[in-house]
This record gives sequence, structure tokens and C-alpha cells, in this order.
Amino acid sequence: MTQEKSWKPWALLSPALTAVFFFLVVPTLFVIVYSFWLRAPTGQDIPAFQFSNYAKFFADMFYPGLLIRTIRVALEAVALSLIMGYIPAYFFSQTKSKHKNMLIILILLPFWVSFIIRAMSWINILGDTGLINYVLLKLHIIANPISMLYNEGSVLMGLVQFLLPFMILNIYVSLEGIDKNLVPAAKSLGCTEWQAFKEVTLPLSLPGVSAGSLLVFVLAAGTYLPPMILGGPQNAMMANMVFKRVIGTLDWPFGSAISVILLVLIGLIVYAYNRYLGISQIFKSLS
Amino acid sequence: MKDIEKQISKAQHKYLNGEMSRRDFIKYLSIAGASIGLMGGPFGASAMAGKSIRFDSWGGSTSEAFREFAFKPFEKDTGIEVIEGQFGDMDTYLTQIKASYPPGGEFNLAHLSAVFDYARYVGLGYDSVIDESKIPNLKNVMTAMTKPLRAITDGKLSAVPFDLGQTGLAYNSDKISKAEAEELGAGILFEDSLADKIGTWGEWRTNIWYAALYTGQNPNDIQDLDAIWKALRKQQKLVKKYWSSGAELMSLLANEEIYVTTAWSGRVANLQAQGHPIGYLSPPDTYSWMEYIFVLKGTDMDVACKLLNALLEPECAIAVAEAQKYPPSLDPTKVKMPETVQKLPAFDPTGKLEGYLFANPEYWNSKQIEWAEKWDRIMSGA
Repeated sequence: MTQEKSWKPWALLSPALTAVFFFLVVPTLFVIVYSFWLRAPTGQDIPAFQFSNYAKFFADMFYPGLLIRTIRVALEAVALSLIMGYIPAYFFSQTKSKHKNMLIILILLPFWVSFIIRAMSWINILGDTGLINYVLLKLHIIANPISMLYNEGSVLMGLVQFLLPFMILNIYVSLEGIDKNLVPAAKSLGCTEWQAFKEVTLPLSLPGVSAGSLLVFVLAAGTYLPPMILGGPQNAMMANMVFKRVIGTLDWPFGSAISVILLVLIGLIVYAYNRYLGISQIFKSLS
Repeated sequence: MKDIEKQISKAQHKYLNGEMSRRDFIKYLSIAGASIGLMGGPFGASAMAGKSIRFDSWGGSTSEAFREFAFKPFEKDTGIEVIEGQFGDMDTYLTQIKASYPPGGEFNLAHLSAVFDYARYVGLGYDSVIDESKIPNLKNVMTAMTKPLRAITDGKLSAVPFDLGQTGLAYNSDKISKAEAEELGAGILFEDSLADKIGTWGEWRTNIWYAALYTGQNPNDIQDLDAIWKALRKQQKLVKKYWSSGAELMSLLANEEIYVTTAWSGRVANLQAQGHPIGYLSPPDTYSWMEYIFVLKGTDMDVACKLLNALLEPECAIAVAEAQKYPPSLDPTKVKMPETVQKLPAFDPTGKLEGYLFANPEYWNSKQIEWAEKWDRIMSGA
């Protein structure tokens, strides 16, 4: 590459890099610095370099327990999104319907409605006086309303509703990229429909599956609204605790320490993913 | 801004009459657009400084009442534009103020709530002392409401009290009779027979306050803290939802997800006005609070005092009270209140507020970190 060519990519990338530096790297550095500071009783921040905020986090199992719950719920959201997302993605890739594009747009339709509205609407469906309980009570199938809201199940449902399109689209793009002749070729060699799927389609769609899983996991682990609106007292996640410390008690240093711990953990998971699966899989499936 | 619009209009006229070339007209539009962008865009605040004042409040019908009865006449009389902002809750707004640079510098007046927050703003140095002689309508405000503020700012004021409210108890009157609710009092929030039908605001002060009443203690001087935590742990097992916003509170009560909860008196009045079977209970030492218009540091005080006086005009204060369902700070013995206001929860016809218990700011602010974190653990079942 000539000298002129070597700087050209950097020149082209400079607007994006500048934005990333000022809007991501610098604020993250601020959060890291804040995590070593102290909070005065009046709510003011006292510059310092000490580890009491981190020590407080690990002083007992309350905060680590929240962290474990966050990771567990995020993994459950990934599993559910995968199970529920693969089938529609497969259908979209196989269908010859002239409405295929319209169906894909439908997947994106929920994004046109505010997430708060979508989450709140579940109260009218799953609530004690909601649609499901109303119908079941009217049909005399149940004598008392079933409690379906404000538990981990409803949080997961809110998460899946929010994250499912990310999974479907990633898998769909991956399935669309598979050579259409491969399955007929496998069949001509004696594979059944199921064997052709298991031996050819499924392995080749794994980049999309892993990319979708990573995106869903990262978004679920940092989520704040579903546990707040649809969760009960025991379903708070790490982002809710960050909100409480930063906004509720103006304890920016401790809130920052919690954020840094979550950031490091998710960073390690992404690193492990990159190490064993390759982050490039995401770009492959998106390209 | 209006001058630029006039100039553009003139230029358009010239262009249409053939007195200006298309190229010159487009050039002119570009320059004018850039000027408007600078004045009305993100740099607008400084560009318009001196001719505008920012006012942040809760939005909705409250803002509409402010606009109609205070801001419009004020803008007409003074030529000073009132730029309106909104916030969702006190804590978020304080975080915004703290995050601005210099802290509070981008903000002027705010319709804030609770005396302990007045103390927090003052403690953080975000306040400006007002010149009371420039606010003649302040004489109509209940002395019982200015007194707690003066106690924090050495006899002076950095805000004018604006309205009064309570965090009382709301109950579904179809499921719980008035007599039953009154008999249980604060204990209704800890009643075993209402398990899974109890809600409460997920805020630490409110719940510790009612746990104090339940355990027979003075909320402003809790002696037996273990009894408080024990009561809250018992309650946690009975609670269906710790709600986080007024909209959520109303939805939970209206949909009968919960039958009883701590509730903001104005929201209960709103539900009652909508025809929902919701009763309001204010047991002895109900958690009372006031809202006030706070003047933030760096505000043009002459402009601020003019606007504060306009806000305290009875016509404005009563209209806002009717819109947000909280009685105004005006003394009913000095200013005649309409029947709609007299019927509002927390209205006190004597204007003395005897029997209304406010949170002692010094006491509660000193406990914030410790109790808020303890509360988070209890709420999570830890």
C-alpha cells in the first residue's frame, strides 16, 4: 500500500472515530474515574482515588447476587429469543411469497411504538383484570384471576418482545446467505429433509445465531425498563440498581462502580466470544 | 427571530418580483437559516439570554395551566419569553442539574417538590436568594408553608411555596369499606388479608415513614429502627408492585391490580374524577409535602421575581391547582377558594396546616444513603 493509500482509510474513518472517542470512550473514562471518588452527605462528589465503592459491592452477596441474576436473565432471554426466533427466520428465508418483504417489515413494526407503551400494554393483557384472565373467568375455567405479572416470567416476556427482532434478523440474514443449491445437493445424496437441515442449513446459519445471541445478551444485560415496568420486587437487574444509585441517591461514585463492574463482565464475555467464535461473525452475518 | 422572518419575507417578495436573482435569494436563505440555527438551536440559550427565562415543571395539564394563566400574560406584559421544560421526577431533575455545567447554569425556575429537596438544592449550592419585596403576592402565601423553607435558608427564601399535597393511602372502595380502611389506618399497608393486592411507591422515605406510623413511632424521630426493617420485610411479602410513576400508580389502581397503596393525593383526586371507586385515607401524621417554585443559581432575579409574582396571582394559582388537583399555597383565609379547590385532598381551610406532618429535611437527608440502600435490599427480598 502506498503512503497515500495508507492514510486514506483513517481519513475516511475519522468522523466515526471522533464520534466514538468523544461520545463513548471519553464518557466511559469519566465513569471509570468517578468510580474511585466519594460521595459527600449533601450529594456532592469528592475527588479521590480509593476502592471503597468496589469493596462495598463485594461486601456481601446482595450486589453480586444482582449481577448473577442479571446474567442469568440475559441468558434466558437469549435462549427464548433463539427458540422463538429461528423458526420465523427460517420461514422468511424459505418462503416464495410475494409478501416476504412485508413480513420482514412486520418484524420491525414494534419498533415504531414506544417501548414503554409496549411494556405497559401487557398489563391489559396479563393483568388480574386483563384480557386473558377476563376470558378464563368468563368461561369459568378459573375461579380467581391467575397472577401473571410482576415476576421473572413477565420480565422475560418483555425482554423477548423487545429483543426478538434482533435475533430473527440476524438469523435470517445468515440463512439468506446460504447457497440455495446445497440443500437439494444434500438431498440428491440421500439426505432426508431433516438431515439436510441438520447437516447443512443449521451449521451454516450458526454465524447468524451467534451474532444474534451476542446482541440479545448484551442488550438484555444492560436493560432497565422491562424489570422496572413488568418486574416484581425481586426482579431488579443491574441497570435498575445503577439508576437508583445515580438518580435516586445522587451517589454517582457507587453507581459508576456498579456500571464499571457490569461493563467489565460483559466485556469479558464479548472477549471470550471473540476468542472462540470470532466477532467477525457478526459482520459476516450482517453483510 | 421575528426580524429575520421579516427580512426573509422581504427577500422572497423581491425574488418573486424579479428584483433579486434566484442564486442571491438562495444565498440569502442559507445565511438566514444559519442565523436561525444559531439562535434557536443548541446555542440558543446563550443567544437569547436576558430575553427569556426557563421554567421546568411536571408537564401535562399542570404545564397547560401555567402557560394559559401565567406565561402568556407574562410574555405579553414583559416581552420576556418563558421557555418551558419538563421532568419526570425530582431525582432525575436534580441529576440533570448536577450534570449541567456549571451546575444549574442552564436552568432558571423549577416547580419542585418536598422540603428535603429544597434542603438538598441549597446544600449543593444551586439556589439564589429572592428579593421578597419584588413579589407582592407572596403576602397571600400561607406562613406555615414559608416557615420550613426559611428555616433552611437563614430566614430568607430561595423559592416560593406553590401548592400542597400528601402521600396518603388510596384504597379500592368496592373491595374495602371506608370504615375498615379507617380502622386499619397505616396498618392497611401491612394487612395480611390483602396479600398480593398491596402496592406502594418504590421510594425509601415513603415506606419508612409508613412503617414508622405502623410501628407507632414518630417518622421524624425513629427510635426503633429494627422494628421498621421488620415491618418492611413483612410488607415486602405482601406487596404486588412497587410502582415508580404516577401513571403506573393510576394504572394499577384503575385496573384493580392492587386494592391499596400509598398514593399522591392529586392522583387519587384524578382517579376519583374519572369515576373510579377509589377512596383516600389520610391517617394521623400522613406524609405531607409542599411544592414550590425554586430559583436556581445564575438566574436573572428581576425577571424571576416578576414571573414568580405572576405565578402567585390567585387566578393562576387556582387554575393550576384545579389542573393538577393539589391545593394552592395561597392562604384560604386571605384568598377565596372555589369549591373545586376546597374539595381537593389535603386542602386546609384554616391555612394553618396544623396536624400536617412534613418530613424534617435535616433528619431525612442525613439518613439518605444508609436507609436508601437498606431499603433496596429489603425491597429485593434480601
